[in-house]
Amino acid sequence: MSAANLAPQPGPPLWLLAELTYRCPLHCAFCYNPVDFATSGPELSTDDWLRVLREARAAGSVQCGFSGGEPLVRDDLEILVAEAHRLGFYTNLLTSGVGLTAERAAALKAAGLDHIQLSFQDSTRELNDFLSHTRTFDLKQRVAALIKDNGWPMVMNCVIHRLNIDYIDRIIEMAVELGAEYLELANSQYYSWALLNRDQLLPTRDQLERAERITNEYREKYGDRIRIFFVVPDYHEKRPKKCMNGWGNVFLTVTPDGTALPCHTAKMLPGLAFPNVREMGVRDIWYESEGFNRYRGDSWMKDPCRTCPDKEKDLGGCRCQAYMLAGDPAAADPVCDKSPAHGLVVEAVARAEAGAGRSAPLVFRDPAASRRIAAEGG
Amino acid sequence: MSAATATDACPRVSRRFRLQWEEAQNAWVLLYPEGMVKLNQSAGEIMRRCDGSRTVSQIVADLEQAFGASGLADDVAKFLELARAQQWIET
Ligand code: SF4
Ligand code: SF4
Repeated sequence: MSAANLAPQPGPPLWLLAELTYRCPLHCAFCYNPVDFATSGPELSTDDWLRVLREARAAGSVQCGFSGGEPLVRDDLEILVAEAHRLGFYTNLLTSGVGLTAERAAALKAAGLDHIQLSFQDSTRELNDFLSHTRTFDLKQRVAALIKDNGWPMVMNCVIHRLNIDYIDRIIEMAVELGAEYLELANSQYYSWALLNRDQLLPTRDQLERAERITNEYREKYGDRIRIFFVVPDYHEKRPKKCMNGWGNVFLTVTPDGTALPCHTAKMLPGLAFPNVREMGVRDIWYESEGFNRYRGDSWMKDPCRTCPDKEKDLGGCRCQAYMLAGDPAAADPVCDKSPAHGLVVEAVARAEAGAGRSAPLVFRDPAASRRIAAEGG
Repeated sequence: MSAATATDACPRVSRRFRLQWEEAQNAWVLLYPEGMVKLNQSAGEIMRRCDGSRTVSQIVADLEQAFGASGLADDVAKFLELARAQQWIET
């Protein structure tokens, strides 16, 4: 038996993230879809997805998230939810609410959908005044009522960034007014579109501290009525997050064209082939493929991570961030102050403090911009 | 004494959670929006009996019989208190 065979067998892919489509009616400047999404291959068919659901469930997946793009764009969503439910998945729908009619909500309920996470994305491109935009509020109010009427828990999410962080009080109040039981205030992570717009989106330290203070005041004010989670941007930290709870450890993402990934941005990593569910079964993808095995555990690490006493805590952080900033996917995540490339993160924060993004226009996510960026080479 | 530990109360799994046997994990799990709690064996055995029809005394008797044990009442009461604090069960 070789040494590799003696390595502990990873647990099952507990979380299946089904990115059903890259199509989306919105244009978020922090969108987490790849910048070249518009050049992605054809979407998986209904039958492909049904097979993926069955294979993933057989491999031990139990949470299933339907996301996108906007998953409601797919008119087979109800069929997929019904099958996931029948298989024993706990089914989650991550949506902006655009396209959720009373009819579709009722059909999703009948199909066994367990939970909807409603995000605060807006249909207007005016990022900083989206809060006063009545269309946003009307849409969220209508969708929130549908969620309530169907007996789903009310879980809301709002991506936080430099342009809306100063209105955090109004965001929280809006969530309370809509009856949210859980509210996630997730600072933008700097990948994909958000990386393009980093100078404009990264908040300053002062903004962040103020927002955290206000969030705490609201936690005290509302107690159990609404549980508020605040996710800080890792650029303002000195230690990286344990990305995806470990590479190939819990999460299996399947992109619209069927590529299987340990996280939704991993496709950017060079020299690493990721399998496609059209060609390989989920169990083999998870346990046997090179893409999933490459950064599992800690044997791939270099210094400073290799000899670091904290390496089990964060597993060296995010591979994509290491690649994007330090140019090496096996390097320490530059968020870590032990990383030789940490200066790049410090510099990005300093640029934010100096207001470097004030004059540059935001790049909004849309297919035309995506094709242009892809043509320019990513 | 809280309601969950009263011996004539009939605890049941809270509507916020779904209790389910997971073959791949060889365990009972509690599922909720975007999350999961994996229960150890004794927690799973207690939780699966919290169906809203059995009293705490009946649950204890049932467990003692199933596992050929005695004197489980305190352990069960302690667990139910914890489960209630986590809002896993309601009465
Ligand atoms: S982040 Fe915005 S643009 Fe991107 S998929 Fe979600 S709603 Fe659509
Ligand atoms: S050196 Fe590597 S393992 Fe240690 S804290 Fe930094 S990123 Fe984590």
